[in-house]
Amino acid sequence: MIAQLFRFKGGIKPNSHKDESTTQPIKLAPLPPRLVVPLRQSARAMARCIVEPGQDVLKGQVIAVAEGPLCTAVHAPTSGTVRAIEPQPIPHPSGLPAPSVVIEPDGEERWVERFPFDIATATPQQARDYLRDCGIVGLGGAGFPSHVKLGPGEKGIQTLILNGAECEPWITCDDRLMRERAAQILAGAAMMRHITGARRILVGIEDNKPQAIEAMRQAARELGEKEIGVVAVPTRYPAGGEKQLIRVLTGIEIPYGKLGTHFGVQCFNVGSAHAVYRAIAHGEPLVSRIVTLSGNFERPGNFEVAIGTPIRDLLPLAVPRADTNRYIMGGPMMGVGLQSLDVPVIKATNCVLAGSPTLFPAPPPEMPCIRCGECAKACPAELQPFELYWYSRAKIFGKAQEYSLFDCIECGCCSYVCPSRIPLVDYFRFAKAEIWAREKEKAAADTARERYEFRLAREEREKQEKAAKLAAKTAAGREKAAAALAEAQKPARTPEEEAKHALIAAALERAKAQKEQAHPENVSDLTPEQQAEITAIEARRAEIREQAKPHLRQDD
Amino acid sequence: MIEALLVMALGAVILGAALGYAAVRFRVEGDPLVEKIDAILPQTQCGQCGFPGCKPYAQAIAKGEAEINQCPPGGDEGIHKLADLLGREYKPLSAEHGIEKPKSVAVIDEAACIGCTLCIQACPVDAIVGAAKQMHTVIATQCTGCELCIAPCPVDCIRMEGIAETVDSWKWKYPVVALRRVA
Amino acid sequence: MNNSPYFLKPASVRFVMLRVLLALTPAIAIYVWFFGAAILVQISLASVTALLAEAGMLKLRGKPVMMFLGDGSALVTAWLIALTFPPIAPWWLTVVGVLMAIVIAKHLYGGLGQNPFNPAMVAFAMMIVAYPSLMSQWPAVGFTDFLPQWNAIFGARQLDAITMATPLDALRTALHTADARATVAGVLGSSASFGNIGGKGWEWVAAGYFLGGIYLLQQRIITWHMPAAFLATLLVISGGFALYDPTRFVGPSFHLFTGGAMLGAFFIVTDPVSGCTTPRGKLIFAAGIGLLTWVIRSFGAYPDGIAFAVLLMNIAAPLIDINTQPPVFGHKRRGGDPQ
Repeated sequence: MIAQLFRFKGGIKPNSHKDESTTQPIKLAPLPPRLVVPLRQSARAMARCIVEPGQDVLKGQVIAVAEGPLCTAVHAPTSGTVRAIEPQPIPHPSGLPAPSVVIEPDGEERWVERFPFDIATATPQQARDYLRDCGIVGLGGAGFPSHVKLGPGEKGIQTLILNGAECEPWITCDDRLMRERAAQILAGAAMMRHITGARRILVGIEDNKPQAIEAMRQAARELGEKEIGVVAVPTRYPAGGEKQLIRVLTGIEIPYGKLGTHFGVQCFNVGSAHAVYRAIAHGEPLVSRIVTLSGNFERPGNFEVAIGTPIRDLLPLAVPRADTNRYIMGGPMMGVGLQSLDVPVIKATNCVLAGSPTLFPAPPPEMPCIRCGECAKACPAELQPFELYWYSRAKIFGKAQEYSLFDCIECGCCSYVCPSRIPLVDYFRFAKAEIWAREKEKAAADTARERYEFRLAREEREKQEKAAKLAAKTAAGREKAAAALAEAQKPARTPEEEAKHALIAAALERAKAQKEQAHPENVSDLTPEQQAEITAIEARRAEIREQAKPHLRQDD
Repeated sequence: MIEALLVMALGAVILGAALGYAAVRFRVEGDPLVEKIDAILPQTQCGQCGFPGCKPYAQAIAKGEAEINQCPPGGDEGIHKLADLLGREYKPLSAEHGIEKPKSVAVIDEAACIGCTLCIQACPVDAIVGAAKQMHTVIATQCTGCELCIAPCPVDCIRMEGIAETVDSWKWKYPVVALRRVA
Repeated sequence: MNNSPYFLKPASVRFVMLRVLLALTPAIAIYVWFFGAAILVQISLASVTALLAEAGMLKLRGKPVMMFLGDGSALVTAWLIALTFPPIAPWWLTVVGVLMAIVIAKHLYGGLGQNPFNPAMVAFAMMIVAYPSLMSQWPAVGFTDFLPQWNAIFGARQLDAITMATPLDALRTALHTADARATVAGVLGSSASFGNIGGKGWEWVAAGYFLGGIYLLQQRIITWHMPAAFLATLLVISGGFALYDPTRFVGPSFHLFTGGAMLGAFFIVTDPVSGCTTPRGKLIFAAGIGLLTWVIRSFGAYPDGIAFAVLLMNIAAPLIDINTQPPVFGHKRRGGDPQ
């Protein structure tokens, strides 16, 4: 079915050390006395806890619900009692604690009621919500929520890729899973294909795992499907990097900032497909996973481990050798050095690697870069790591971004080949973290500026309002006085006043006229003497009026 | 001789006209330098620089009335950035304006708060909520750590708390260069 | 505690530098065969000077001396200087040259990895400008007596018996200064310094360098880009001009197998620190050196132009690099090349 394979540039071929842990079948790890289930199962989101200390929980019971688009639910890995909800150290390079639910198992493994999910009648959205509530995340190491990746995106998904490459040395959990549960993996893949509406499924497996390839091919034959292809890809780290595997199988290169769905492909770890199968066919949320114990162990192997099992409780299963001085979660190329053995297995824990001074010697001192270009030859993202190093080291972050710093997938190939033993990836991680922190700081400063300017504006407005009010208050009294004065001095009147005064004047005029017309009856037939007397009196009155005029007007 | 003078004079006139036109045509509105300086300042609005806020300080720097080393929250890095932007020489942080401290937020001891609203009035970014005779509290995400609310509090119930590092705020450190180990 | 990756490929700067030294040995053996053991004296002299200068500079700069001394980069510089200087040059010429390279060209610019110019070529250029006659006295082919050579280096210099102009020098002098009727063929036929394809004896030394270069390529210490671009450019341009006017321009085989062409192609042009690093940049950089070498050889005042060509292109290297950045994964055309 596959016409051709593509190749990605760069990459390295370290000794794979796979055989040490693949001889034994997957064994069930015993329950520890205490489970620590972090609420933060993926890098971006923390679930909201819905249980309380002292509460009894059943295996598979939801203990924290998804909040936000990138969050998935968290479930009790076994039945028991919630002892505490508190910050506990989690496997993270910082070694810092994060909120976790501490559960004391009762040893009875009582499940909640489980119902298979009817995928045939459900809409894709319902299926994705169901997977979110089953806590399904990518089991390859990054822990990205699967329901998000199953979304249709812009163009929809035509090709579903199952990642069984497992390119990191020592890790074999996917290898064993494919050998032992191939049919379940493909059943899960078929369910995901149904949800996404993809046309075909490609399973990419590095050619150093012939048994796994055979098992998967066998399962595909038994399924009788033509649209499932199991492809052996050349063994070269990081062939199992999502972008690299997509490139090898389809020829599509997905740049930084773009998702597979932009190109119609999406890639899932085989373990995730298995988890999807368990969730849909059996109603089991993700409460356990396969973990490889390898490296400096007497009896390396693969174990099915309950999420939340402290690493310390796992170690006796494989018996660390006496000279073991460190433990790494994940592989030697991208794993996280554990600062405490109390950290639990989380959904992204694919491997616990024991190291010794002979296996992983202390890094030799860093020498100056001689620009030999080995790193650029090894870089699968086709970057120029020595240029990035130069700018990251000098903290010229803008330039580092110009040289595509964020396209770096931190695979470690450049550090691996560097003859000057420069921890290149450390510089890139530092530069990325610094750039992110600065962006956050800048956003915070912008908010502060906005709020400060708003406050200044508000204070200014309040001041003006106050002043206006005060002015209005005093202005009222002052205006009255001013108006009276103006009347006395006959200042120019406003049109309104003019009209008013005109009305009043007209009224007075009318009254006067009426008065004049309506002569009093008792003065009609008067003698000249009487008339003269009246006239004299009127004159006197007029005189008095004239004298009193200013006073009267003031009362007006 | 006279031709040469004329040519030169003509050239001067043409160039002068072009420059004059360009000055009018391409005049930059506002003062982008103040904006650029303000973008570098941390917007703490703490006034430690001696100006009532980051913007006034930025304006003062732009006018050449203030040194670039008066902002303790901006720290050494801020001074370097200002020096780069303005082409001025780097100077260490002026001690009289304060020292660079780790970022922190104000926390009100809510039991002791008497609800006097003085801190609310002091906060330059309105990051304290409360009402008269009601308990006040700080919105931690908006607090710039300027410490301006501490002095006005009559019952001294406000303290500064360093921001604890969490898994989300943690960042990768600068790689340690182990050159001297062998020597 | 370090971070991932936790294990590293067993590679080191010292490993790289020792491979380079190893690759030089066949040519040195041939050199001794044709021109006597003087070159071994010069190599020893240069090595000791380089190590002392390196140690002194590291101490002054407060760096861990033993760690850096062990990287072998000073030795490579020293050997290249010894191999580009005349083997019978007085001892102080070599010593001063090495000091120039290590102290000025390397450490004053920041030490290993920081030098913008190739230190060995800086030494060569400075010395040939300062002491042009001393830098032009080369031993005659076949004259391998050790004592006169030793005397030439350390004591009374009685050079007439043992020196001879290098082929490039002889050709240039004949073509430029002698009568206008001198032709390439005539010059090549007239002098004992010319061999079958290049300079007598030198052609075999060049073959030794070529052998060493193949070894470096096979060890993946250098990439094919620079030697190929350099040699191809030299070949094409000298061939073209030799076709155009064979009387005045010597052919490509002479250019490739005399002077420092082979040494330059595999050991000098390929210096990663001062050269270009992008694949396209390497091609442009080395081609530029090839072109400039031919121009200086054909029209310049100095017999061999590689040192100046390298230094000139060193200046241009950052600019070339900036403009030849290869596209990043995912930021180029869709799809891709089939495997």
